[in-house]
Amino acid sequence: MKIKLFPIRGGVHPEDRKGLSAGMAIEAIPLAPLLHIPLQQHIGAPAEPLVSRGDRVKKGQLLARAQGAISAPVHAPTSGLVMGIGGYPAHHPSGLKVRTISLKPDGKEEWIEGLDPVPDPFALAPEEIARRVAEAGIVGMGGATFPSAVKLDLRKRYSLHSLVINGAECEPYLTCDDRLMREQPEQVIEGARLMARGLGLESVLIAIENNKPEAQAALRAAAAPYPAVKVIGLPTRYPMGSEKHLVQTLTGKETPARGLTADIGVVVHNVATALAMHEALRQGRPLIDRVMTVTGGAIATPRNLRVPLGTPVSFLIELCGGFKQEPARLISGGPMMGQPLPNTQVPVVKGSNGLLALTAAETQQAPEMPCIRCASCVGACPCGLTPLEIAARIRAGALDASVNRGLLDCIGCGSCAYVCPSHIPLVQYFNHAKGELAARQRARHKQLETKRLAEARSERMEALQRAKQEAMARQKQERAAKAAGGGEA
Amino acid sequence: MIFAVLILSLLGLIMGALLGIAARYLAVEGNPLLKEIEGLFPGSQCGQCGYPGCNAAAEAVANGQAPVTLCPPGGKGLAETLAGKLGVSIDLSSVEEKEPRFAFVHENLCIGCTKCLKRCPTDAIIGGPRQIHGVFAEACTGCEKCFEVCPTECIEMRPIPATLQTWYWPNPAKAA
Repeated sequence: MKIKLFPIRGGVHPEDRKGLSAGMAIEAIPLAPLLHIPLQQHIGAPAEPLVSRGDRVKKGQLLARAQGAISAPVHAPTSGLVMGIGGYPAHHPSGLKVRTISLKPDGKEEWIEGLDPVPDPFALAPEEIARRVAEAGIVGMGGATFPSAVKLDLRKRYSLHSLVINGAECEPYLTCDDRLMREQPEQVIEGARLMARGLGLESVLIAIENNKPEAQAALRAAAAPYPAVKVIGLPTRYPMGSEKHLVQTLTGKETPARGLTADIGVVVHNVATALAMHEALRQGRPLIDRVMTVTGGAIATPRNLRVPLGTPVSFLIELCGGFKQEPARLISGGPMMGQPLPNTQVPVVKGSNGLLALTAAETQQAPEMPCIRCASCVGACPCGLTPLEIAARIRAGALDASVNRGLLDCIGCGSCAYVCPSHIPLVQYFNHAKGELAARQRARHKQLETKRLAEARSERMEALQRAKQEAMARQKQERAAKAAGGGEA
Repeated sequence: MIFAVLILSLLGLIMGALLGIAARYLAVEGNPLLKEIEGLFPGSQCGQCGYPGCNAAAEAVANGQAPVTLCPPGGKGLAETLAGKLGVSIDLSSVEEKEPRFAFVHENLCIGCTKCLKRCPTDAIIGGPRQIHGVFAEACTGCEKCFEVCPTECIEMRPIPATLQTWYWPNPAKAA
């Protein structure tokens, strides 16, 4: 079925290079000798460990529970022995260490008893769906890793009209969502319908870019029995998968600056999240593995793999035949928005959708040249910003001025840096500036706290001083009274 | 001639009186900017700027005797706000921010003398007489007041470790 789509501005058409791995079916992989499961694989507070060194755990057992309103629990990807809880390099460009549970698989893959599958999940109340999703540790699997259950609760604060399932997969190279939609269309549709039920919505739009005709056909066939579920083909353009732009394409409405798509009545979830929800509700299975694409010019045989969380990246590279040539760069995620990985020790986490080993020819790195004010970046920016102006201000250290130019409306898609003929790392400037702004925000917050503490202390000191003086005055009076009394006697 | 002298003296007297009244009733107490600037400072009286307290520092900044970048706990953010308030331009990119640090008590050396916790401007040190002291790292401003008084030198100023939440990309202009 055809629905009217609305144009968005800007965007780029990078060569998609999905052909490297699009033909490879999703394969399960053997267990790595040691799994490293970070306690924080989501946005929000890290999970609190419930196991300790030497414990035997079963597959699917709760390893760490969520703490705080925005958090997610972590489950054991397989049965085995907990080797320890300590610092291990994070799946993050900084290479910093984070608290991680190391698990040595025993190879038995024994599931924990007491999984709670629901024969008819559609009979569950929306609150119950949200509770089960939270317990399964499901987070946004498109890469943002925001706890999904919190997103299901949006219906309490916003008036919503549609659920959009994001199957755009606009990043070049990545094919995991494509394969998942082709191979498990019924499960994706059911997950999407369960999400809609959790949100109290009827209408579900599944948006897929037109460069994935097989996925579109598979989902159309699977969605045929449900008139409320529509599969929509999107024009192929980066960044079509940015949720704000996706919603604008589908509804013609722009998300308010620094707002949520829920402000205009739409909630967006990724297809992989839909599948995880299906598994969590129908089978009672927590989120313990995910589908990811291992590809790039430096990988011998690119593949789509279903990877237990915590598997070291080096193990995946080995499974894909190792490196054909020395990679110039190792990236987690897509080539446009992905982040470089510091080493191959790091584990796969809930948000990893791709592992790219790019050759020097693919990265096309070139020395930075002066800006010639050609405004290519202005034309490419999907948010209507002027990247050259913002970057010039950041370079000069004038962060407030860059904010006035719209820095905070930047989604960091990298289209500007992609088209820049002078190879200026525009998006790197923006990422730096956003981090610096956040750091200043924290400093300001700390300053306010310091002030509060310092004032409380000086008040206390004054009160003490006053009490001392009063006590002295009293003593003096008493002495005087005694002296006077003594005089009389 | 007398007439002219009289008029001028009268004018002088009236205007003098008016000025006197104005000076009395329309007086501005202190520099109004000073109050605002004082409000911006952290107020922990830590003395890292070299002035005896935040108010003295604010006064120096307001009078232009000290640079707007004097307050280490305030950092770049404070420097920028101050520069905006005073209308001076600063080159922040050249300001090397002092690495933020926090006090750490080595428990095997602490004798529980309570000297440090009495001096802490933000009550960040907990403990009691003959009890090992500890520091709330979140509340510590790194002013080193405790560091100076510790008789056993058991306090170490440690850099605040970066976490995934606080780490961010370096400036590509400087990295290159």
